[in-house]
Formats: sequence, structure tokens, C-alpha cells
Amino acid sequence: MSGIWRYFVAFLVWPGLIGGVLLGWLYMWIARKLTARLQGRRGPPFYQPFFDFVKLLGKQTLVPDGVSRITFHALPLVSLVATGIALALIPVPGNPLQSFAGDVILLLYLFEVPVICDVLAGYVSRSLYGQVSSAREALLSLGHNLPFLAAVVALSMHAGSFRMSALHAAPWGPVHVAAFLAFLVSIPARLKSNPFSIPNAEQEIVAGTHIEFNAAPLAFFELSHAVEMVALLGLFFVLFVPPLASQWLSVLVYAAVSIILLLLVTFVAVITARIKANQALWFYWVWGGAAAAAAFAAAVIW
Amino acid sequence: MNVIARLSAISRRKSPWVYCLNTGSCNGCDIEIASCFSPRYDAEQLGVLRQGSPKHADMLVVTGPLTKRARQATIDIFAQMPGAKAVVAIGSCPATGNVFAGSPTVDAPLSSVIPVDVYVPGCPPRPQAIIQGIAQAAHLLAEGRTKDQGKRQGSQ
Repeated sequence: MSGIWRYFVAFLVWPGLIGGVLLGWLYMWIARKLTARLQGRRGPPFYQPFFDFVKLLGKQTLVPDGVSRITFHALPLVSLVATGIALALIPVPGNPLQSFAGDVILLLYLFEVPVICDVLAGYVSRSLYGQVSSAREALLSLGHNLPFLAAVVALSMHAGSFRMSALHAAPWGPVHVAAFLAFLVSIPARLKSNPFSIPNAEQEIVAGTHIEFNAAPLAFFELSHAVEMVALLGLFFVLFVPPLASQWLSVLVYAAVSIILLLLVTFVAVITARIKANQALWFYWVWGGAAAAAAFAAAVIW
Repeated sequence: MNVIARLSAISRRKSPWVYCLNTGSCNGCDIEIASCFSPRYDAEQLGVLRQGSPKHADMLVVTGPLTKRARQATIDIFAQMPGAKAVVAIGSCPATGNVFAGSPTVDAPLSSVIPVDVYVPGCPPRPQAIIQGIAQAAHLLAEGRTKDQGKRQGSQ
């Protein structure tokens, strides 16, 4: 297998769309099941995210008046494809793609695409609630991007390279501790889970940026969110788990790290209530900013 | 029935997302609906999720005797739901008007405005009965036998 085929396999099969979607459905189920168990409920059956997706695909699509049909259908697909490419760039175990110089920068851009698609989705929907939600999401992205970008850039400074494989192989140092904290605090807001479920605040502003989306476009937005979750946890594994000797061991550690992180984020989501946008920004600019500054300082000094 | 149609039918049965609409109910039925999602009854086991937007929903769960103020909103919200969709009328009010029958301020029954698939009688009905009604409507959705689905097929 060589050349262009590697890209196709990485994008479409593993770790890209097919692998990402299957893992994403698994993660969604785990999150919903754990939420239910912590609330004392039984929770949905294992296949629930799959049936939700298929059902939405089988529904009639209603495009609101005055909304471009093309934009309405394209936004979720752009979001899904971008997260699929992001996933293909992350050197998780079994990725056939070779890391290339500058792929970290490309990855950081691709991680922003779902956020931008969400913001645009709220604005083009011509719904008041969608627009409120878009404004909140844009605001929140100013918050969670500070520790997130700082963590990745500080690790790149430490590794002396913008290549994913170099970041993965970099020896552990104090910068990893600070970057770990910065990355960790940015995850709940990136996944829009409690206490940072400010943009998609269900019931409060009806249904978030996807309020006017239905049927297949909604299904692809949900799918893109699931794949984004896989990509974020995969990036965490690559940045903070050093390369392991055996391929099978690294597969096991990848699965374990992702699921532990997912359980942690879900646990935090269940035990907390939604906070206000200004509180979220304050949290990210003060504590996230402190972790970011510590990461940069550690990268410069050590 | 080919594989895709079959899969689509199964998924409609397994994931009925509901939008709850109060058309002037006394709140008794709404309290019973809320308890369907509590730890004791946990309708999420059947894939039932409450949705904030009617555009995300498969099922309209209606309570109340349909006051005149709620009439147009009910028609609009039903029209905003993408097909395939079902309507479940909770309690005696949407079915008959209950104690409000004949009042000049209500337009009951609900079926005079939108096609109702399942009636769950009671004042208020028990949560078990509400979940049974939703499950029954989900079966109708899967089999393509809701009134709205029938109307669409008839018009084609």
C-alpha cells in the first residue's frame, strides 16, 4: 500500500470516517449510559446512537424559508469531512499515514472547522434562538481555545517541531504536566458538555445552533460531533502518552485512555449545572490562561 | 421490504423523539409525562428522548383541551415536524374536552385540528400508560400506519 491509497485508507477507514464513526457511536452510548446510571436510570441500549442516526436519515428534510438549500445541506457535511481529515492526521495506533512537517498546524485549523460550521449553522437558520446560540458558541470558542492552542503550541515548542510524530515521541518533561492540565480543562467546552453546555443549552434556548436542522443534516451534525469527540480524545492520547513498544499495547492504552477521559468528562457533566457565558470565559481566561502560561514557561525554561 | 426500508422501520420504532406540547392543560398530565423520564420509569430505555425543537421530533405528545389561543400554535408546530410523524394525545382533555367540553374557550377534540394516532385516556393517565402509548405510536411509525403517513401516501 503506497502513495495516495494511504491517504484514502486513513481518511475513509482507519482512523478516519468509518473507524471514527463506529468509535463515536460507542463513546456516545457510553456517555449516555453513564449519565443514566449516575442518575439512577437504566439508560439506552447499546445500539441507540446507530438507530438515532438511521432514523434521522430516513426522515423528510424541511429547509426553512429563506435559507439556502445548499448551505443547509453542506454545513454538516463540511463539519463531518473536516473532523474525518483531522482524525486521519492523528497518529493513533494503526494509522497508515506518515506524519508530515506542519501537520499540527493543519490539525489545529481542522479542529476549528466544526465550531465555525456550528456558528454558521445558527446564523443561517434565521432562528432567533439559533443566533443567540451561535453568539454563545463563538464567545465560548474564545475561551476554550486559549488553553487548547497553548497546550499544543507549548508541546510543539518543547518538541521543536510542528510534526505530530515528533510531538508523540518527545520525552516527558514539566511542559507535559502544564499542557496536560490546559488540554484537560479545554475538553468539556470543546464537547459542549456541562458545565459548558452554554451554546447548546437545551430547553433554555430551545435546541442550540441546530434548532432548525432536521433529518439528514441533523444526523450528520450529530455524527460530526461524535467524530470530533473521537478526534479530541485521540489527540490527547498522542500528546500525552509516550510511544509504546508493542502495537497491541498501544491499541489497548489508546482505548483505555480515551474511555477513562470520556468517563471523566461525562462524570463532570452529570455532577455540574450549566454556568453563565461570562463565568465560563472567566474560568478559561484565568485558570486556562494560568495553565497556558505555565505550559509556555515550562517549554521555554526546560 | 428491502433491507434499507426494514432498517429504517426498525430505527423508527427504536428511537421515537418526542416534543411535548401543552395546549392549556392543568399541568397534571405534564407532571406524569415528566415522571416518564425519571429513574422509576426511564423511557430512554426505549430510545425515547424529549426534544426542545419540534423539528427534531418524531412524535407530538399533546396535553390539554386545546384552548382557542393554542389552536394555531398546535397546527403550526405539527406542520414544522418533519415526517414520518405521529401524534399522541395524553389524557381525557385532548380526546373529549373532559370537564371543559362545550366551553366557548376550547376547541377540543384535538382530532378536529391534527390527526391523532394514539389516545392515552385518564385524568391524568399513569406514566406506564403514557409510555405504552408512545411505544404504540412508535410501532405505528415503523409500520407506516400513522394517519399522517397514510395521508401522504394517499396524496401521492
